[in-house]
Amino acid sequence: MQALLHQVLSGLANGGIYASVALALVMIYQSTHHVNFAQGEMATFSTYIAWQMINLGLPYWVAFLLTLVFAFVMGVAIERIIVRPFYKAPALSVVAVFIGLLLVINSLSGAIFDYTIKPFPSPFPTDAWYGSPYLSSHEVGMIFVTLVVLALVFAFFRFTPLGLAMRAAAENPVSSRLVGVRVGWMLALGWGLAGLIGAVAGMMTAPIVYLDPYMMFSVLLYGFAGALLGGIDNAWGAVLGGFIVGVLQNLAGAYLVGTELMVTVALVIIVGILVIKPAGLFGRTIVTRV
Amino acid sequence: MSALLELRGLSAAYGPTSVLRSIDLAVEQGGIVTLLGANGAGKTTTLRAICNMMVRISGEIRFNDQRIDGNATEDIVRLGVGHVPDGRGTFVSLSVEENLRLGAYTRRDRQVAQDFERVYGYFPRLKERRRQQAGTLSGGEQQMLAISRALMLRPKLLLLDEPSFGLAPLIVQEIFRILRAINEQEGVGMLLVEQNANIALELADQAYLLETGRVVMHGPSAVIGSDESVRRAYLGY
Repeated sequence: MQALLHQVLSGLANGGIYASVALALVMIYQSTHHVNFAQGEMATFSTYIAWQMINLGLPYWVAFLLTLVFAFVMGVAIERIIVRPFYKAPALSVVAVFIGLLLVINSLSGAIFDYTIKPFPSPFPTDAWYGSPYLSSHEVGMIFVTLVVLALVFAFFRFTPLGLAMRAAAENPVSSRLVGVRVGWMLALGWGLAGLIGAVAGMMTAPIVYLDPYMMFSVLLYGFAGALLGGIDNAWGAVLGGFIVGVLQNLAGAYLVGTELMVTVALVIIVGILVIKPAGLFGRTIVTRV
Repeated sequence: MSALLELRGLSAAYGPTSVLRSIDLAVEQGGIVTLLGANGAGKTTTLRAICNMMVRISGEIRFNDQRIDGNATEDIVRLGVGHVPDGRGTFVSLSVEENLRLGAYTRRDRQVAQDFERVYGYFPRLKERRRQQAGTLSGGEQQMLAISRALMLRPKLLLLDEPSFGLAPLIVQEIFRILRAINEQEGVGMLLVEQNANIALELADQAYLLETGRVVMHGPSAVIGSDESVRRAYLGY
């Protein structure tokens, strides 16, 4: 029983990371109907920036905040410079652009910071959480940071004029322009926010899996599975999906398939959802008259 | 005093397909002009051309004696041009109140809160439904919402694209009565595109008749509306 509880709780900790990545994917998907395959690599690269700043002697939280700024600017710049010319391109060309972006950023991480695995510090104590057998302090801190970020993002969209304009631009770009919203910049902002959320996920993951250019590969896969499970056009659903995937993955790893085959869980979820309920658990089924 | 809106030799095209051919049109300060014509005559295109939306244009567009052709849509809105588009352009997943807040998106003054009440004064039904998702409103209510959203801009000019479309006659009358009130109380100029010539001529003081992209006749609404041959040939009643 205790082992089960432990698996579920640490699954929730991982799930928070997947939820963040899922939310970042949904944010870009909602406004452009593109899935950003480079999301994980952007997060990894940002984490390297954080690592560099910490190595230069900056306090952890200062480096953390500066990294968020960097990740935001990087997201905006990628949208403005690389993605924007392809908005009218066919879907497959866009997929090719994103995969290219994935490879470029991955190679950049390797070329600049080399491919050796690096330890990345956790801002939280390394011992168990108040002697708890269930969770480490880092896992608790990870859940906490993730929840704070998710809450801030939702508050931004719910309560600020800019958040409202971004939702409007995603839903109806034509009407948005007619009330004066600069839709192009709203898309860029969405990319910036997605980059920022991804960076948090990267910095929370790195202390567990160690920092290397491929660190976010499987995380992106789980995040994608979470987004699909919850419904890729529904932010709440995607976040919930991320947490569910985290728990499922841990349980399957412990009781079903063993840790070696854990990644297959993500693939099974992705294929299963696409076959059985493509809109996801909470997504809308879009009916089009042809 | 110069006209609020002036089109001089305005042509517009979608890609290679030319739709408007050298149109001249003027809306006086606080005046109401209606643009009548059959389907495909270029009425909606005229409104899109003024806002620089989706069409390629040539010619001159003056708003308050300032050239605005070539300006981005978002900047034209900021000058005080409120557009009530065809199909109403509702943000269906947002609440009524959020739709209205978006209407005031470009404003930085502190009177926005009062303007909610001003707009609800014209359309009390929207106030009852302000927390409701806009997509769940009836067609008439969505049309009211579209007009209200444009009013939140405090526009000098309203571009109205078939506000009667698909609505029951009683609702249409209610909406046109309120448009009249808005024009009288706030001095907002209006350019009204309509298929329903009867009710449009009643509201407008000037009318333009559009046929395949050209203005074939214009003059005071009363004159146009009472001309038997015009009515039979163009207005179909």
